[in-house]
Amino acid sequence: MADTTYERQNPAFYVLIAILILMSVGPVIILLANSMRLDVDITSGVGGLIFMPTIRNYETALCDILWYEPEHLRFCQIRFGGAFINSIIIALISTALTLIFGCMAAYALVRFKFMGRDTVSLSTLAVRMIPPAVLLVPVFGLWNNAFCLDNDYGVGEWIRDTFGGRGDVCLAGTHSGIIIVYVAMNLPFVIWILQSFIVQVPKSLEEAARVDGAGPFQVFFLVVLPLIKPGLAAASIFTFRIAWNEYLLASALADRDTMTVPILIVNNASEFDGLGTIFATGMLLAIPPILFTLFASRQIITGMTAGAVKG
Amino acid sequence: MNRMTPYMFIAPAALVMALALFYPIGYMMWGSFRDWDPTQNISETEFVGMANYVRLWGDAFFWESFSVTLIFAFTVVVVEMVIGVGLALLLDRNIRGMSVLRTLFILPMMIAPVVVGLVWRFMFHQTYGTFNRFLDWIAGWRIWEWLGIESPIQPVDWLGQNPLLSVIIADIWQWTPFIFILSLAALQSLPRSALEAARIDGATGWQQVWFIKLPLMAPVLVVTMLLRLIDAFKVLEVILVMTGGGPGLSTEILALRIARTAREFRELGEAAAMSNYLLMLLMLLTLGMFAFNRWTEARSRKLKFAAEEEG
Repeated sequence: MADTTYERQNPAFYVLIAILILMSVGPVIILLANSMRLDVDITSGVGGLIFMPTIRNYETALCDILWYEPEHLRFCQIRFGGAFINSIIIALISTALTLIFGCMAAYALVRFKFMGRDTVSLSTLAVRMIPPAVLLVPVFGLWNNAFCLDNDYGVGEWIRDTFGGRGDVCLAGTHSGIIIVYVAMNLPFVIWILQSFIVQVPKSLEEAARVDGAGPFQVFFLVVLPLIKPGLAAASIFTFRIAWNEYLLASALADRDTMTVPILIVNNASEFDGLGTIFATGMLLAIPPILFTLFASRQIITGMTAGAVKG
Repeated sequence: MNRMTPYMFIAPAALVMALALFYPIGYMMWGSFRDWDPTQNISETEFVGMANYVRLWGDAFFWESFSVTLIFAFTVVVVEMVIGVGLALLLDRNIRGMSVLRTLFILPMMIAPVVVGLVWRFMFHQTYGTFNRFLDWIAGWRIWEWLGIESPIQPVDWLGQNPLLSVIIADIWQWTPFIFILSLAALQSLPRSALEAARIDGATGWQQVWFIKLPLMAPVLVVTMLLRLIDAFKVLEVILVMTGGGPGLSTEILALRIARTAREFRELGEAAAMSNYLLMLLMLLTLGMFAFNRWTEARSRKLKFAAEEEG
C-alpha cells in the first residue's frame, strides 16, 4: 500500500512493540536454539544464545530415514522418521477430504433451499463445541470393537484389503481410522467459514453457467471453487494444523506403525537425557505450521475473522 | 435442478459426521448408563442406570477436576480478553510493519500444543529453566551462596509450587493473539462516522474507547469470548506435557481426568458420564453466551443508528 501515511509514534511505543515481539517469539527461539545444542549445553546453560550449533539432535531424531549412519549413534532409538511420515499422510489426506466434503456441504447450505437445511446448519454449529476428550471414550470403544469386523467377508475384508491395519480388521490402528475422526472433527469449522466465502460469489455467474448448460456439479467445481480460493486456503491451513498437531485421539487410535509425531513427543518428553533430541522433534513438528504462518498469515487472519465475526 | 441435488452435496459430509461424530456421541450416552469395561463387548455389559452419574456427585476427585477446569478456563479467558483487547486498542493505528507484527503474533497459536507444553515446561524448570536463569541473573544467588548469606531471591519451583499458574501463563502466551487479531479486525471495521462524531464532540481517548469503541465491538467480542471459552475447555495437551495433571490433582482438568479414567482406571462408563457432564456445561455456556450476544447486538445496532443520525 503505497499511499498509506504513517503517523509518527512515541519511541516508548516502539519499545513496547519490541517487548511484545520478544515475548511472542521468544519461546520459539528457545525451542530452535535448544534443538541445536548438545544436552550438556542445555542443562549447563552456558553461553545463552551464543553457542556452536549442531545438527546432531536432528540426526538422532531422523536416524531411521537418513541415508547415512550418523557417527555418534550406535543404534537408532527414536524412530521419528516413521512417525513423521505417518503425520504427513494423515494430515494431508484428512485435509483434502475435509475440504472437498466441507465445501460441497457449505455450498448446499448457502445456495439451496431444502428440507432439513436448518437442522444441518444448526448441528454443524453445535458440534464445534465438542472437546476431543469427549470423543475419546466412544471412538476408542467403537474403533476397537464395534467397527471391528472379525469376519472374512464383506466390509471387513474390504477394509483390510484396501486400507490395511491389524489382522482382526479394526479401524483402530489404521491410518484411515484416525483420518475419519479428523475429517469429522474439522468439517463443522470448515463448513462454517466456507459459507461466508460462498455467500460472496455473485449468483449471476452461476446462473450464466447454468444457462450455458452446466449441471450443478459442473457449476460448483468450475465456477464456484476457483472463486473461493482464499477461503479454501484459509480452511486448509486450519484443518491441516489441527490434524498435524492433534495428540489425544491419535494416541488412542494409533498403534506402533501408525503413531504420529505428537504421540512420540509426549512419550519421550519426560526423559531429561535426550532433551536436545526431543527439542529437535518438536522443532520438526513446528516447522510446517511456522512456514504456513510466515507465508499465508493473511489467509489465516481472514479465516479466523470470517469464523468469528459472522458468529 | 433435481430435487435430490442439495442432498448429494451434503451427503459425504453428513455421512462422515454421522459415522465419526454423532454415532460415537450417541454410543457414549448409551455407555454412560452401563458398567462399561473396555475388554467387554458393550452389549454384554450390565445396565446400571444413573449409577455412574450419581457416583460422580460423591466423588471428591471429580469435583476437584471440575473446579480446576472452571478456574483454568475462566482465568485464561478473562486475562486473555483484557490483554488482547487492550493490545488491539493500543495498536490500532497506522504503524509501519503492522502485517509483520500480526504474523509474528499469530505464530504461538499455530504451534502444536505438545510442543508448546515442551518448551514451557523447560522454561519453568527449576534449575535449567529460562525464568530461573533470568532470576539468577538479577539476584545472582551463587554469589550470595559463596558469601555464606541466604539470597533474598530464591529459585522458584514453578511447576511444583505454582503449577496452575504456570499452565495458565503458557495458555495466555498461546491464545492471547487470537483475541488480539479478532478485536483488531473488529476495531478496523467500526463505522468511521461514529468515531469522528465523538472526536468532534470533544471526547477524550478513554471516553471514545469506553462509550463508542467497546460498545460497538461488543457483539464480536462476545463471539470471540465464546469461541475462546469453548476452546479453553478443550485444552489438554499443553497441561499433559507440562505437569501431567499434577502435582497431586492441582492441574488435572476435566479433559485429562476423562482420559485417565478411561485409560488408566479402565472405567469407560464413568468416563462417559463425565464427558456428558462436560458437554452439558459447554451447552449451558454456549446458550448463555448466545443470549448475551443477542442483547449486545441489539444495543450496538441502536448505538450505530444513533451515531449515523448525528453524523
